[in-house]
Amino acid sequence: MSDLHLKTLTEIAAGLEAGEFTSLEVTESLLDRIDSSDDTLNAFITVTGEQARATAVAADAARAAGKAGPLNGLPLVHKDIFCTRDVLTTCGSRMLENFVSPYDATVVERLNAAGVVTLGKTNMDEFAMGSSNETSFFGNVRNPWDIERTPGGSSGGSAAAVAARLAPAATGTDTGGSIRQPAALTGTVGLKPTYGRVSRYGMIAFASSLDQAGVITRSAEDAALLLGTMAGFDERDSTCIDHPVPDYSAALQQSLDGLRVGIVRQHFDAGLDDQTGKAVREALAVLESQGAVLSEVDLPNIGLSVPTYYVVAPAECSSNLSRFDGVRFGHRANDASDLFDLYCRSRGEGFGDEVKRRIMTGTYVLSAGYYDAYYLKAQQVRQLIADDFRQAFADVDVIAGPTAPTPAFKLGDKTDDPITMYLNDIYTIGANLAGLPGISTPCGMVDGLPVGLHLVGPHWGEETLLRCAHQYQAATDWHTRCPEAFR
Amino acid sequence: MSLDKDQVQHIAVLARLKLDDQEFDQAVQKLSSIVDFVDQLSQADTTGVVPMAHPLNESQRLREDRVTETDDRDRVQQNAAAVEDGLYLVPRVIE
Repeated sequence: MSDLHLKTLTEIAAGLEAGEFTSLEVTESLLDRIDSSDDTLNAFITVTGEQARATAVAADAARAAGKAGPLNGLPLVHKDIFCTRDVLTTCGSRMLENFVSPYDATVVERLNAAGVVTLGKTNMDEFAMGSSNETSFFGNVRNPWDIERTPGGSSGGSAAAVAARLAPAATGTDTGGSIRQPAALTGTVGLKPTYGRVSRYGMIAFASSLDQAGVITRSAEDAALLLGTMAGFDERDSTCIDHPVPDYSAALQQSLDGLRVGIVRQHFDAGLDDQTGKAVREALAVLESQGAVLSEVDLPNIGLSVPTYYVVAPAECSSNLSRFDGVRFGHRANDASDLFDLYCRSRGEGFGDEVKRRIMTGTYVLSAGYYDAYYLKAQQVRQLIADDFRQAFADVDVIAGPTAPTPAFKLGDKTDDPITMYLNDIYTIGANLAGLPGISTPCGMVDGLPVGLHLVGPHWGEETLLRCAHQYQAATDWHTRCPEAFR
Repeated sequence: MSLDKDQVQHIAVLARLKLDDQEFDQAVQKLSSIVDFVDQLSQADTTGVVPMAHPLNESQRLREDRVTETDDRDRVQQNAAAVEDGLYLVPRVIE
């Protein structure tokens, strides 16, 4: 069967259930696609073909024995930030170039237990620090819609793989927009759940109070399918919250009649590309035609979200990345003269420019004499931003706007100026600061490049977000568009 | 420049990062621009605002202090560059 790669996760699940094809056939078809396309895209760091085939055979056997759950035999790929037992886990860094994880992340463990087939590990910005996938030690990923452009980041490999139909779904992580922004730039669906919804155990930490695991898929329906298995309490993550996991798939069908959708005026100010803004406004009109009630909401402090983030995230990064010492795991410099030299050279050689920059920014804002002015101040402003959202969600169910200010930009365009790069996440960072769930769904094309509609909900509002995205997708076909070269 | 070379040198030592000359010059310039950018936080009136420590303002969950993991030392140490008899090797620290 030659079109297996074009099927969504839900379609593959139905085909497997009906016996139209086997998991092994789907797996082989996708491995062939990866083999023939990934030289161009560089979306993968590791392809796990052998394990994938073995898992697919086992999944097919489980199905034959009548023991198949809803995810049994479904293929996906993991961002290379998730620890995978006995498989290389690099986090896009020279530091972990040879790191073979001794254990599975909880996300990986749960999906494995459900019978999914992991095709490989995807490329990403180094330690998830970047918005264009250009900070990866393994080279940048190319956008399937235009290979001269970025797929976004940091989950750029995951997004490119799904957009190019090399995999129907991928895991990702989102600290400031790292799932939603690449989803927007590649015409895929990206869901970042509520902070604490999905376990961070075995997910290599960047900024622990902001990081959250999620998915990149081709439909809201597929995202709902995966989230149900990934979500839930985990004793091994002390910040994971014990909150009931609803049936996300069951929530999709309810209409948008009466759904209160808030629009943030500042999100349509200067800085937003005209055509992108137009596509997003058209999407809002579609929601309105489906029964949603639009109103304006005010987030007075949202303008400070990017500077707040660039204090809090580097501070947490500098603490988390202190574990890379050249001793226990990771890159180790040769012929160190003493322990201090070993630390400094192992880290100097193992980390790339952007990671070093963030570690140093974080070290500075946490250092004696600057802590109050920067770190404490940022955590106070963060509280103000979270308060703004709390007040807004008293009046609306969802906040909608653009995911990113422009469609995919050219590779190399923003690498010289960190601030310009940071501003790419201007619409997504607020949700991370406040711990809120967010989703990006394709809502238009500008000059042949996809545009994303961003929806943010209150804590634990994933059902509403998935339902809103699903209903929007039922009325539009942007999420079904496939880049010409990858049909 | 909001950060001078001495400050950046001090930060690099605190962060245990060795930078070559070119990296160092870049770091002075780019860290300064980042610090200038985040300086706009000083505009916000945060009088009496409780700093956020958890995005859902939850407190840290504690568990009973008991052994839950099995000994997996050999397996874990396969990722270390230098080990001997189950110990990590580092350059001599005591003369």
